[in-house]
Amino acid sequence: MATGSARKGLLVATLSTLVVAVLVAYTIGSSPAWPEVQKAFFDGRYFSTSLPKVAGAFFINVQLFVLAELLILPIGLLIALARSITAPALAPLRIFATIFVDFFRGVPSILIIYVLGFGVPALQIDGIPKDPFFWALVTLVLIYSAYVSEVYRAGIESIHPSQERAARALGLTRVQALRYVVVPQAMRRVIPPLLNDFIGLQKDTALVSILGVVETFKQAQILKAASFNFTPLMTTALIFLIITIPMTRLVDRLAAKDRDAQLGGTR
Amino acid sequence: MATVKSAPVLALKGLKKRYGGKLVLDGINLSLAEHEVVCLIGASGSGKSTLLRCADLLEPIDAGQISLEGERVAFEDRSADGTRRKLGIVFQGFNLFPHLTVVENVALAPRVALGLTQAAAERRAKELLKSLGLAEKAREYPDRLSGGQQQRVAIARALATEPKVLLLDEITSALDPVLVAEVLETLRSLALSGMTMLIATHEMAFAADVADRICYLEDGRLIEEGTPQKIFGAPRDPRTKEFLRRVRSISASGAKRRAETRVKRTVRAKR
Repeated sequence: MATGSARKGLLVATLSTLVVAVLVAYTIGSSPAWPEVQKAFFDGRYFSTSLPKVAGAFFINVQLFVLAELLILPIGLLIALARSITAPALAPLRIFATIFVDFFRGVPSILIIYVLGFGVPALQIDGIPKDPFFWALVTLVLIYSAYVSEVYRAGIESIHPSQERAARALGLTRVQALRYVVVPQAMRRVIPPLLNDFIGLQKDTALVSILGVVETFKQAQILKAASFNFTPLMTTALIFLIITIPMTRLVDRLAAKDRDAQLGGTR
Repeated sequence: MATVKSAPVLALKGLKKRYGGKLVLDGINLSLAEHEVVCLIGASGSGKSTLLRCADLLEPIDAGQISLEGERVAFEDRSADGTRRKLGIVFQGFNLFPHLTVVENVALAPRVALGLTQAAAERRAKELLKSLGLAEKAREYPDRLSGGQQQRVAIARALATEPKVLLLDEITSALDPVLVAEVLETLRSLALSGMTMLIATHEMAFAADVADRICYLEDGRLIEEGTPQKIFGAPRDPRTKEFLRRVRSISASGAKRRAETRVKRTVRAKR
């Protein structure tokens, strides 16, 4: 019977997970230095004292990634469109977009943060902001726009050329065909990989700590330095997980839905 | 239908088209008078589809000229988008927009390309759908429709910009026989309503029935043209004769094979 075998499957899964968990816990717990490690990384007292401060600083991370995402969505699309332009007169735009993507995808994020966050304000040009939050935001937007533009581009290219041809045959211009026919279809397909990149972005907001922005990771480092205990860092890790795990599950669900739609469709 | 003698709506003169080094269209001369229905017949690869795509300005041509209502038009023109609005084309694979409902598919070009208001575009779309017997499907998405219904939506979509000529590219080839009949019926009533049409088709009986003129294409050349009676009844060119002989022998041998299968089955059943 189907329900019986399902129940049996669940039982086996639970049991095997439990066995593995107990084995892992035993291995770690029985290691000679575990008591010291536990005290240094998982101290309940330090957890409860660090939580309000680390969680409070996380608000900076939230501001960073929400603002960045709002900027990245349109910028990434514009770069993707610039790269798919075929008109010879607009070749410089396409070349610029290509170089942009190659550069910001190719250089480690942390180097770009250093260069933009410390280098550009050091130029002392009037009117250029010195606020590290601003440069942190700019850096994340530049890096992730490059990634997201590639996601968009893959989506646009996954739409069969016959769709654009059908639109052009109706008398739509190339831009109209992209806007009303190609891009809306591409959007649906890119939502899961797009959210995936945003999970990466949310984690990478911790990188801007090197510019001196007191976000959650920096706050945890400050607390760690003051107490010689690593628990505040674990607190930060927990907060990141609370945000990213639901997002990851959402991506999985959307991707599965997309797959079903593809398989269920007549095409 | 009697052919009306007037200036051609669509005229192709000396059309040449190359893919790579291969000459796919080799000097096509063809013109359509108003209300005329012309069927293109010929084997796969004879250039029928390419001819339609070039006539619709979807692809550049290598030589020759295309005129619409007496004016020269070309793929490279700045006004090519405007010209395409005056030409409707329906493809073998429907190519409906899957993210739009049926009525949105039909209303898109009137709204975006012709600049009608949303309400006016929808009104036009609904009238067209109603005339094609698809009124109750207006709010469905294309993938909920049968192939025949999808193809009729594609016809409605092509008609929505009120084109001067409708180009149809083997539009029944992807359909099963029952659905073929339904789509051909739609074309027949369009022909009766006076629509000028250029139809690439493998449906010989339909072509004989609906066309004012049949054109036989082979290797990118227009071999012979004439009334259905003339082409199907007394083709003059040996190549046309050979093509029609093969088409007939295929359908005849199909019938013969079916008869043989039936006999074998009955024999087996009796054992």
